[in-house]
Amino acid sequence: MMDRCESELLGALQRGDERAYTELVQANTGKMLAVARRILKSDEEAYDATQEAFLQAFKAIGNFQGDAMLSTWLHRITVNACLMRLRHRKRHPETAIEDLLPQFDETGHRIESGPAWTEDVVDRLESAQLRKVVRDAIDRLPDNYRTVIVLRDIEGLSTEEAAVALGVRPEAAKMRLHRARQALRTLLAPHFAVEAE
Amino acid sequence: MTSRLTCRELIEFLDDYVDQRLAAPERARFDDHLERCPACRRYLMGYQGTLRAVALAWAPDAAAPPEVPSELVAAILASRRAS
Repeated sequence: MMDRCESELLGALQRGDERAYTELVQANTGKMLAVARRILKSDEEAYDATQEAFLQAFKAIGNFQGDAMLSTWLHRITVNACLMRLRHRKRHPETAIEDLLPQFDETGHRIESGPAWTEDVVDRLESAQLRKVVRDAIDRLPDNYRTVIVLRDIEGLSTEEAAVALGVRPEAAKMRLHRARQALRTLLAPHFAVEAE
Repeated sequence: MTSRLTCRELIEFLDDYVDQRLAAPERARFDDHLERCPACRRYLMGYQGTLRAVALAWAPDAAAPPEVPSELVAAILASRRAS
């Protein structure tokens, strides 16, 4: 829900107050651009998607009821603008993800357990190093899998919201997220796992 | 009597387990398998570590303040005035 400041800002926007538009754009461009960069992995496309998102928001502001924070509403519009761009990208053959998933024998038992992770290894890593390792690993995932992790685990959408955004059924989004997380675990293991002594 | 989970079946319950959404009977089967299978215990620890790493990598205090390119702000405001 909106506080009084937000309600006043919304009122000013709906009256066409240019100062209110400047305030809205200055306060939200950085966050929206960061979201677009995470989803699109391209500065140029992220700039365009942020601009498109604002233009859509300007058109829709008259009908916005204030049932969410303006920043939340803009976040949703940005995510959708980015996903629209992803859909229109020329499709490249995707990297197979199967090699990154756990392997089982015919009886359903694990073939290879892999090295163990220590409990606090993630917390011990210096934050800039952690960010680089995790972001590089997410960027190595095929787009379908990278996007679902970004939406669900980073942008904070629910599985149902992510499914709507991706245009798939919730079960498919859940399955895709599960495979993406497993693949990411495999990619991060060399950085976080320690060989059993 | 319900059958024991295999490692493959355990994987299918993993997200519901970490989200604490497993119903009691499935949770009991999950825990029973974990108790007997060191490989799955290791796998689960890595899976939870992965989720934690992703969360920490984007934690607000870990991230630099978002960059606000002035030329982008200007372009957006110019589009607004032109529309």
